[in-house]
Amino acid sequence: MINCIYRDVAVIGAGAAGLFAGAETAAANLSTMIIDREKFTGGILNQCIHNGFGLHCFKKELTGPEFAAEAELLAKEAGAEFRLDTTVKKIIRQQDGTFQLELLSGTYGVTLLGCRAIILAAGCRERNRGNLAIPGNRPAGVWSAGTAQKLLNSDGVLPGKKVVIVGSGDIGLIMARRLSWCGAEVPAVIEILPRPSGLVRNIAQCLEDFNIPLLLSHTVTKIAGKDHVEFLECAPLKEGKADLSKVLRFECDAVLFSVGLVPSVELIESLGAEIDPVTNGAVTDSNGETTIPGIFCAGNVLHVHDLVDFVAEEASETGKAVVKKLSGTAPAPCNSTIAGKNLRYASPHKFACGDEIHFRFRPTICADKAILTAKSGEKIVSSWKLNFVNPAEMIQIAFTPENCTELLFELEEI
Amino acid sequence: MIYDVAIIGSGVTGASAAWHLSHKECKAALIEKECDCGFGVSKANSGIVHGGFHHPVSSLKAKLEVASIKRFPQLQKELHFPFNKCGIIVAAFSEEELETCKKLFEQGVANGVDNLEWCSAEKLYQLEKKLAPGAIGGFLAPDGGTVEPYSYNFALVESAKKNGVDIFFDAPVEKGEYKNGLWHISIAGSSEKICAKSVVNAAGLYADEISRKFNAEEYKITPRKGEEYLLSKTSPARPDHVLFPVPVKHSKGVLVIPTAGGTTMIGPTAEVIDDKSDDATTANNFNRIISQVKQMVNGISPRDVITSFSGSRPVLESEDFYIDLSKKVPAFIHAAGIQSPGLTASPAVGEYIVSLLEKSGFIFPEKTSPRIPIAERFYAASSSMEQLSSLYEKNAQWTTMVCRCENISEAEIAEAVKKGHCTMDGIKFYTRSTMGRCQGGFCAAKIMRILSKESNIPMEKLTKKGRKSYLLAGKLGDLQVKGLSK
Repeated sequence: MINCIYRDVAVIGAGAAGLFAGAETAAANLSTMIIDREKFTGGILNQCIHNGFGLHCFKKELTGPEFAAEAELLAKEAGAEFRLDTTVKKIIRQQDGTFQLELLSGTYGVTLLGCRAIILAAGCRERNRGNLAIPGNRPAGVWSAGTAQKLLNSDGVLPGKKVVIVGSGDIGLIMARRLSWCGAEVPAVIEILPRPSGLVRNIAQCLEDFNIPLLLSHTVTKIAGKDHVEFLECAPLKEGKADLSKVLRFECDAVLFSVGLVPSVELIESLGAEIDPVTNGAVTDSNGETTIPGIFCAGNVLHVHDLVDFVAEEASETGKAVVKKLSGTAPAPCNSTIAGKNLRYASPHKFACGDEIHFRFRPTICADKAILTAKSGEKIVSSWKLNFVNPAEMIQIAFTPENCTELLFELEEI
Repeated sequence: MIYDVAIIGSGVTGASAAWHLSHKECKAALIEKECDCGFGVSKANSGIVHGGFHHPVSSLKAKLEVASIKRFPQLQKELHFPFNKCGIIVAAFSEEELETCKKLFEQGVANGVDNLEWCSAEKLYQLEKKLAPGAIGGFLAPDGGTVEPYSYNFALVESAKKNGVDIFFDAPVEKGEYKNGLWHISIAGSSEKICAKSVVNAAGLYADEISRKFNAEEYKITPRKGEEYLLSKTSPARPDHVLFPVPVKHSKGVLVIPTAGGTTMIGPTAEVIDDKSDDATTANNFNRIISQVKQMVNGISPRDVITSFSGSRPVLESEDFYIDLSKKVPAFIHAAGIQSPGLTASPAVGEYIVSLLEKSGFIFPEKTSPRIPIAERFYAASSSMEQLSSLYEKNAQWTTMVCRCENISEAEIAEAVKKGHCTMDGIKFYTRSTMGRCQGGFCAAKIMRILSKESNIPMEKLTKKGRKSYLLAGKLGDLQVKGLSK
């Protein structure tokens, strides 16, 4: 038997973004169903057993699972309904502008969920070895850092005893510390860029405190092993290529990859939502709405954030915008944002004048002091002085644009 | 137990021989050194049903290839493996290539392929929207297509097993001795010998070593490695046909393949190597493949690459298949040098092996009892909501999704384990789980838990592909932590 149900809002993903967005729509008396494929809420937070979460949102320092529990309570108290152990197989766009979601669940069987709006809060997947076409054999013991984190923290098993980490993304850094705490050895973290990819605090707390060497500007030249990983070789970069005269070999029984995250937009990409080639997330406006009317994105599925607190803030904004949109009171954002000098991207892509907008950027430079300017044509509309700018940290500003059709943001070191 | 036939190697060649023998009154054994079937040459190739035009009329491989092509639709009905008869296009981009292309076309006709269709440039672009600009002519082989090679291999073995063939896994053959009209086959790590009246050497890359172990003919198998790269299902480069360039010496060239699983594969390279177990891919070859296929197809982007792999072709000096009775030792059949088009030719290769056994004096009458079929497979990914709903009524595992990229349910993973695919690679090849964009990032831990539960193998003992390919190093708490006393 197929169950057919209807809710105003379907939230896909019960991680931080889904819980905060769903709390807003439910609080506004819109019937809200938050769907997650796992049997519990919280998503990836559940495997992040370290602390450092919640300082902005809950004004206290929490672990990942604690943050998830607080966020679940928030959504529950607002009246959101959870549909866990449930996978969205497909989204169908109806002729009247509403949607039908095909839901599969071991608990609930097959359900068709009709809704007026969808908030996609599906997070990211990890870029992996295959995506990077890293050379070498195909032995056991090669994992993405998040998978290893899940195995260790959720399943209580060890991915390796001597583990080389490729990439200095935050998950890799946190895993270096976690593995050291378990008694495993981490001979090196290898980063292709001339600077670390993760947060400064994680370099200090996860590598320096444990005397784990970070090899910058090094690339993996080989992963070797017949049945199981035996060693990894890397070499420094010279004019963009591996300098094979200086190959370093590390004996190891596992290799973890922490080489970036990619938004999980598959469900809406197949519907034709426009995807930003830089963020790999959807193109959205200041309501968080994608190029498909009625489908919104929040959190890491939109662009990759550094802190869960920022995900939560952005998702709350999106939740509020969905409420306005469904009541017909939302502004129509038709002005364009352009990421100029020293900015990799700017979010949102479109904005409305006269409302306070939260703009978010990813810089491409490191600078102790920098100035961010917003230009409309030749005219500087506003500017912000920033300290300690680096690509590992997102820049966020709140600002009310007036009378402009286009804003060009530029970042300069001063 | 004395077997009539012992087949060494469970790749498509050995599996097809076993499958054909399972139709007859014959007791056969299939002996495999790995923990699952087809884990050698057969798991890592282009998965193509070729068009019958690449090899000269005089060759055995051309004869067996052409005899097999038209059988795939029927085999698919019986064995339920994914097969997409999408057709093959060969396109020429210069006058010189066009000349070679014409010769290829004529060769195909001479080989007995009756429906090759010569195409003008206009016709090519009409047939294939993804073809890059600059093609001046070519031809279409409508019966060619793509199969999922491991599913085909698994299905042959499953069907053979159901119909009386005994399978021995983790059984590396050490030696064969012929005494009193019987081959006595020693297996590494086992004191018991397998006895058989005849032996088929279908050992792929290791056929030369097996031949030596049985004192049969001396020859050398040279591994010729091919690297392949897989593009995401969302890649705009996926063509409607398998696209071949005009071939170069020793290789059919780098092609663009719309795989039966929905991804797009580009490759392979062709590189002679020394180490038969070398499965490495390299940055140089990756760049070369990308630049070559860009000239043939629109929409190729390195960003769409989800994974890469390599496999080696078992090559004999003659470049042809060597399927014949040994002239040196009794009741021993070589099936060696089965490189491309080995997968395509496998139906006729198996049959040819049986005919050689019969030629050497064995009489295997056709079975009169009805054949035990293998069950049709269900895939959550391609099932309708109604079908999934009725599957759920019987088993809730059908709507418990495990692999999100390929939409694989827990029921399919459990089915793989029940059928004996008890490694991560075995489950991957049976179900396609972990073959998508995330490459197991999300589902690997889940699959390991299901595998452990269904097989009763503890998590720490699970392997990627048998032997010592353990996935994990132990349990949390196993290691002494520095600065802490335990």
